[in-house]
Amino acid sequence: MAAKPKRYSIFSLARNALSYHQGWQRAWRDPDPKSDYEVVIVGGGGHGLATAYYLARECGIRDVAVVEKGWLGGGNTGRNTTIVRSNYLWNESAGLYEHAMKLWEGMSSDLNYNVMFSQRGLLHLAHSVHDMQEIGRRGNAIYLNGIDSEFVTPEQVREMVPFINLDCRYPIHGALLQRRGGTARHDAVAWGYARAADNLGVDIIQNCEVTGFQIEDNTIRGVETTRGRIGAGKVGCVVAGHCSVLAEMAGFRLPVESFPLQALVSEPVKPIIDCVVMSGAIHAYISQSDKGELVIGAGSDAYVSYSQHGGFDTIEHTVGPIVELYPIFSRLKMLRQWGGVVDVTVDRSPLISKTPVNNLFFNCGWGTGGFKATPGSGHVFAHSIKNGNMHPIAEPFSINRFNAGALIDEGAAAAVAH
Amino acid sequence: MFLIKCPWCGYRDQTEFSAQGEAHIVRPEDPYQLDEEQWGDYLFFRKNPKGIHHERWVHSHGCRRWFNVIRDTATDHIHATYRPDEPIPELSSEETSKPA
Ligand SMILES: Cc1cc2nc3c(=O)[nH]c(=O)nc-3n(C[C@H](O)[C@H](O)[C@H](O)COP(=O)(O)OP(=O)(O)OC[C@H]3O[C@@H](n4cnc5c(N)ncnc54)[C@H](O)[C@@H]3O)c2cc1C
Ligand SMILES: [Zn+2]
Repeated sequence: MAAKPKRYSIFSLARNALSYHQGWQRAWRDPDPKSDYEVVIVGGGGHGLATAYYLARECGIRDVAVVEKGWLGGGNTGRNTTIVRSNYLWNESAGLYEHAMKLWEGMSSDLNYNVMFSQRGLLHLAHSVHDMQEIGRRGNAIYLNGIDSEFVTPEQVREMVPFINLDCRYPIHGALLQRRGGTARHDAVAWGYARAADNLGVDIIQNCEVTGFQIEDNTIRGVETTRGRIGAGKVGCVVAGHCSVLAEMAGFRLPVESFPLQALVSEPVKPIIDCVVMSGAIHAYISQSDKGELVIGAGSDAYVSYSQHGGFDTIEHTVGPIVELYPIFSRLKMLRQWGGVVDVTVDRSPLISKTPVNNLFFNCGWGTGGFKATPGSGHVFAHSIKNGNMHPIAEPFSINRFNAGALIDEGAAAAVAH
Repeated sequence: MFLIKCPWCGYRDQTEFSAQGEAHIVRPEDPYQLDEEQWGDYLFFRKNPKGIHHERWVHSHGCRRWFNVIRDTATDHIHATYRPDEPIPELSSEETSKPA
């Protein structure tokens, strides 16, 4: 194993500055796959890397590989608009997303990596009487689950976002505010978990695509990859938009469809908006990155596609309302636009589950909104893999809920909004 | 974004249409005979393939008729469209290996 990575600190920064930043170590090794691991995690996005980290850190399982077909975070993790919140309606969701929120609050120091988690506050706008009823119901449910949530008036919205147009085609009747909500740096989350997991002995193997599963007696024995066969006692599959493709390799189907989801950023401007504003009704949300770009997200394109790009009509549906709500942005240039492939379930809640194959676990179905859950998802998935039984927080998110009818319908809280 | 050939109206912009999911899912003859697993499977579980996909579209802002599309979901290339009463067109191997 390589030399123990040095901790990042103000002193290491100063020391490396003196040597013109030539002395930094690489953040994780680049090993060849071994022939066998106790656990193989398929997918090197935030959720897969977090799973590997918590396996090594909390479950005493360090004989772990993460196999990623491209580069770390190159899937939805590195494409997402980084909104973090835990204001979901149902108790099951509150348990899961708030578990994640608490882990976010300590993540940078836990990982010794600055994930730039910024609890800048998140406004969810209500544009109609019905929207007000929805946030009324959800806000009270959230509050009863012990999660922060406040109702704010249009005037209070204007205090937070002085240039917002309250009385436009999408009039603002009020909003739900989660002050602990905010944003984080997406790449840093993947890299921070990768570095910390590698540090504990996890092998992170990039450019290694899983092309099949080795299954004997309905039990997983390993994965076939573009870099050869890798044996495994247990396999956790965390591949987001490609979950159905891997499920097919293992011989079953999932209650999931994969859609394009797009986002765009503007040219950088001086600080103008210091919170996140979202609106489920008009499929548009906005925040500002530390670089100054406005980060704008859309609703998903409404057809199955793995193309990683959607239609311009969806972008138009997004920037139209943005300009209505914030006329000041009408002459901003957009710099970049891209798409991811999001794995959407009918009830807009994830799958964290055993599968019909023994010792093969899936964690997917996060759809348009799983970044916020990254630490919590990895944490409960690691414990579930270790124990062979689902962690109590993960239990309700079993694939079987679609047969039993016990859906966790977060359509209103999660369908468009992230 | 792409053009879709409505079997009745011809080529139109995709924004005139709406996608309605996997095609050729047949409603069970007698739902009461199904167990939970079969019923859940019928309602919620989908192929969601990366590659050739048979799906239903409706020409919402045109003739408002339903039809089927064979589309490659990796590239969004449309191989064929056909009416509900037509058999599923056979794709030649040349057709399915066509780039987008
Ligand atoms: C435009 C956009 C905006 C979004 N905005 C938000 C937001 O604001 N807030 C929020 O909470 N969520 C948001 N999301 C959703 C969020 O990005 C995802 O739910 C989350 O990042 C999923 O993480 P993951 O680790 O499960 O998946 P991914 O990051 O997609 O990782 C899966 C990995 O699996 C790899 N893989 C696939 N197939 C194979 C194979 N056969 N072998 C090996 N590896 C394979 C992929 O290459 C990929 O790196 C957004 C998503 C998009 C696309
Ligand atoms: Zn037509």
